[in-house]
Amino acid sequence: MDSAVNNAKALIRVEGVTFSYGIDPVLVDVSFSIHEGDFLAILGPNGSGKTTLLKVILGLLKPAQGRVFLMGKSIDKFVDWQKIGYVPQKATHFDPLFPASAREAVAMALMSSAKFLHRMDKKEDALISHALELVGMADFAGRRIGELSGGQQQRVFIARAIVQQPRILFLDEPTTGVDAETQDYFYETLDGLNKNEGITIVQVTHDIGIVNKHIHQVACLNQRLVYHGSHEEFCRSDTLKNMLAGGHHLISHQH
Amino acid sequence: MAALLGYGFLQRALLAGLFIGLACAVLGVFLLLRKDAMIGHGLSHITFAGVALGLLLRTMPLAVALAFSVIAALGISKLKERAGLHGDTAIAILSSVGMALGIILASLSRNFNVALLNFLFGEILAIESLEVWLSIGLAALVLVLVIGHYHKFMFMTFDLESARVSGVRVRRLDALITVLTAVTIVMGMKVVGILLVSALVVIPAAAGLQVADSFKKAVLYSCLISTASVVGGLSLAFFLDLPASGTIVLFGFILFGLVSIFGKGRR
Repeated sequence: MDSAVNNAKALIRVEGVTFSYGIDPVLVDVSFSIHEGDFLAILGPNGSGKTTLLKVILGLLKPAQGRVFLMGKSIDKFVDWQKIGYVPQKATHFDPLFPASAREAVAMALMSSAKFLHRMDKKEDALISHALELVGMADFAGRRIGELSGGQQQRVFIARAIVQQPRILFLDEPTTGVDAETQDYFYETLDGLNKNEGITIVQVTHDIGIVNKHIHQVACLNQRLVYHGSHEEFCRSDTLKNMLAGGHHLISHQH
Repeated sequence: MAALLGYGFLQRALLAGLFIGLACAVLGVFLLLRKDAMIGHGLSHITFAGVALGLLLRTMPLAVALAFSVIAALGISKLKERAGLHGDTAIAILSSVGMALGIILASLSRNFNVALLNFLFGEILAIESLEVWLSIGLAALVLVLVIGHYHKFMFMTFDLESARVSGVRVRRLDALITVLTAVTIVMGMKVVGILLVSALVVIPAAAGLQVADSFKKAVLYSCLISTASVVGGLSLAFFLDLPASGTIVLFGFILFGLVSIFGKGRR
């Protein structure tokens, strides 16, 4: 890692995190930092602890050992949740019969920090429209979320995650069940958020092929952190070869 | 309608019924989406023990029922969380325990059978002025609290984890929904009785959810159907000399049926 990156302010610091649901450890002594403006993919096979790590970083799970710092604050003292955007794993978090419109799905996140009895004003209304525009879903604002395609739903959830104009965006397997063409559009969207809005992006995926030209850094996880560094080095590294030898499929992402 | 409103007891029944119905309808949408449809049924059965105890001690049965309901509601959510029981298992256990306790308490004193029957089957036409004001006050409190936390409640119901990451105080608000439900169930009991109160929470909300393409509309339709059920049910009960509780619930069910049949194309 070059010194310029080292000197940049660490937005997220994970220090010696160990976690287990029962007897078997899911995460063992994981340490790394994520810096302002990064676009990082946390990679690893199924069951490697990726989602668990994400939940530990977000304070949804408490590690048995180790510490997590968000923006310099210990996670249990962190209060600036408006600065965090989160797109959870879709399959486990979404009732397709839920009656919310795309607009309402975004509004609920924006208004989650509102005062008691506060009614949505014009400024907030505009923020919601802007978020939907950024992900190309403005024309679908009034549609019930369950009626949208998988890719469209995922874009609405990104709009929901970015509507509070966060500094960091976390995504858990965001392209599951999304076709290749939509995936390309999806990554263009994320790239735009990263480059134009300066949002740091952390994405969890089991699909090595997802690692494409937009992603700068890779953290490879298999209970322990087996690799952390730039994407280019990762492509030349033994880690990738080992993962591929382990039967992992690689979908080429050439543009 | 004008003839109906000439009667003081009907005015009181209508007023209390409308407000309590609205509280049930609004809360119902959240409860159904949280897959908590049976909570009303469970709480009302536990409340039976509270009513029996109140009658036995000759204190305000409604107040004792309220205490039972709130404690039981918090108990159910603790059981779900701690004992790793499914929600419906926790409800089934506590509701039968409540019923068992109620039966024993009822047998200890033999002179309050009529009063107990009123609680079981509803006594909205016998509601007193003080109770009307109490009902309106509590229902208004429920409505204000739900509207005040509207987006947070919606977010929690839709996606609990994301709501937490967005900084919503999930635990605290979850307890608030639980307590509001407990209070609403006890008030609903006043309208249609212990045995039918679950219908006030479930039927209008279920009908609203059939046709709504947004959350706001689901809540709005649920309120409309609840209002129509109370007004229509009470009027029919009066003109046909039927029991008010059963008529309100059946009227609601007919509306639910109509919405299901004719509203399907809308979503």
